[in-house]
Amino acid sequence: MAAKKFVVGCFGDEAVLFPAVKKVRAAGYKIHDVYTPFPVHGLDHAMGLRETSLHTAGFVYGITGTTTALSFMSWVFTSDWPLNIGGKPHFPLPAFIPITFELTVLFSAVGMVMTFCYLCQLMPFVKKHIFHPRQTDDKFVMVIEVTNKSNAGEIKDFLASVGAAEINEQIAEPGWWYGRFDREDRLYAEQPAPLNV
Amino acid sequence: MHLKYESTLREPLVDGVKDYHKVTEDIIGPIEAKPGKLWYVGFFISLSLLAFGVFSVTWEVYFGTGVWNLNKTVGWGWDITNFVWWVGIGHAGTLISAILLLFRQGWRTGVNRAAEAMTIFAVMCAGQFPIFHMGRVWMAFFVLPYPNTRGPLWVNFNSPLLWDVFAISTYFTVSLLFWYSGLLPDFATVRDRAKTKLRKLLYGVASFGWTGSTKHWQRHESLSLVLAGLSTPLVLSVHTIVSFDFATSVIPGWHTTIFPPYFVAGAIFSGFAMVNTLLIITRKILHLEDYITIGHLDAMNRVIVLTGSIVGCAYLTELFMAWYSGSQYEFAEFYKYRAAGPLGWSYWIMMTCNVITPQVFWFRKMRRNVMVSFIMSIIVNIGMWFERFVIICTSLYRDYLPSSWTYYRPAWPEVGFYMGTFGLFFTCYFLFAKYFPVIAVAEIKHVLKTSGESFKNDMTKYDQESAEKFAHDLEHAH
Repeated sequence: MAAKKFVVGCFGDEAVLFPAVKKVRAAGYKIHDVYTPFPVHGLDHAMGLRETSLHTAGFVYGITGTTTALSFMSWVFTSDWPLNIGGKPHFPLPAFIPITFELTVLFSAVGMVMTFCYLCQLMPFVKKHIFHPRQTDDKFVMVIEVTNKSNAGEIKDFLASVGAAEINEQIAEPGWWYGRFDREDRLYAEQPAPLNV
Repeated sequence: MHLKYESTLREPLVDGVKDYHKVTEDIIGPIEAKPGKLWYVGFFISLSLLAFGVFSVTWEVYFGTGVWNLNKTVGWGWDITNFVWWVGIGHAGTLISAILLLFRQGWRTGVNRAAEAMTIFAVMCAGQFPIFHMGRVWMAFFVLPYPNTRGPLWVNFNSPLLWDVFAISTYFTVSLLFWYSGLLPDFATVRDRAKTKLRKLLYGVASFGWTGSTKHWQRHESLSLVLAGLSTPLVLSVHTIVSFDFATSVIPGWHTTIFPPYFVAGAIFSGFAMVNTLLIITRKILHLEDYITIGHLDAMNRVIVLTGSIVGCAYLTELFMAWYSGSQYEFAEFYKYRAAGPLGWSYWIMMTCNVITPQVFWFRKMRRNVMVSFIMSIIVNIGMWFERFVIICTSLYRDYLPSSWTYYRPAWPEVGFYMGTFGLFFTCYFLFAKYFPVIAVAEIKHVLKTSGESFKNDMTKYDQESAEKFAHDLEHAH
């Protein structure tokens, strides 16, 4: 993805952030994201984000686990190798319950965490642009994209009027890339031009 | 209008005057500082124990399980006792992180991270025992149902011992995922305030590139809630299945339907004791008294007295049923070989530590006394170890055939193995306390403005307004 231009404003208190989000949306600016140090309840609704369907995925993974366990054990005991274990039935459904339950939970949990990591693009050695170093500490950071219908100066003034502090402009890559947080990756545009020899 | 209102009558969960940044400083600070002398001493002792454990286990693997004092009558001794004990300890962590989350118990936020870490380390220790009890440990993978060249000959899906394999491994995996997904945002906090390159690199890798985006938080909340919902029946199932190892057999003293609830209550009982042991030390050494308050200890001691009493009821029920069932073997087991007999002393240690002494926690003063809580937590740990010893060994040493009656005491490799798991547990815990945020930073910030001591005063105005107005404001917030 190409780098984009953003206006970044910091809020110190979620009580100021909420009305600000409303006003920014009402004014028609495009909120790229709001970064918060902890989950702020209701912020997703205020930003107009849709509900996540992650739990539905979890359910699907769960029933996959149930059917895997049940069908595998039934196949083993009735068809692949019907072993006589103390004269017990070959299809002892009650005895299958514990393992079926465990696999349901296992599939669901592992599947959901992997889906979560995929959706949020979380992986070791994945790097993303951090708009403000304290967005994981105590600042609520609103990032507004500067599109061709808006201009940065106007957004800055607007953010100041709704209570943001430390307002600045940043050109940043909105996606993720492979990188390390101890190294500053400079944008291609900012790289020193190669010398013409 | 605040997001959540909490009555001023409730005790604050975070003491002192704090803001979000102060919370970060208090909890992340110890990670960035050099560890104190006590940490090195403790870490060294743990490492030595671990080394001794490795030696004992190597000895056992080299010479075979014959070096243990197990015999044809007592086939399960310290090894399975320790297995059940460690698994039980793990249960408190999941109870705190999952069940208390579903019950919306705010106080869990201060203790859940450390308790979950304890769960993971305890399950790691527990797993060692059945694996090395196999003797030919290099064939341990035979317990897995994989396509093999022996037929394929599959494992016995009817066996509770195989259910254990699935239960313990699922439990470990799910606990680890739950714990780590909660750690991601906190690792990102450490990363973003790191001053050294190495710390920035390592926590950058560990945080998976977490940014704190609102959408990610929304998914994170959903994930945590569903994982909590999955872990709740899981934790109950794990100790139920462990109890099936005994309950599905025909040994007097094991063959009872009371075992699953009795084991689960006992597991939570011993687990909370271990949480208390660890957190009382941790809060002192890392100066986290504002986050793990006396109120937290009080709450955990309440759980201890409740579950301890459930366990006590189970002991009495067993005694009653041994008489009421009219089974002479059951009667002999309980009245001749448990409460009396050569191993009778272990029964009375169990009774004293688990049923009698925890009753001090009916008194508020005792629940809120740090020293009493600490000593009690040790006593309960000892008592719960003896409970497993009593269940396993006193049922086995007097079997159906008097000619094979015997006594059992452990050999040094068995003791060394147990010591070694202490080493493993505390080595992991010391590393955790140094390099991980021991309290869930983001979760504390989440409850700070409703449950922090310095914010509590702002709640008085909501306390005084009418219920109708409060409901109306809440509905129209945001």
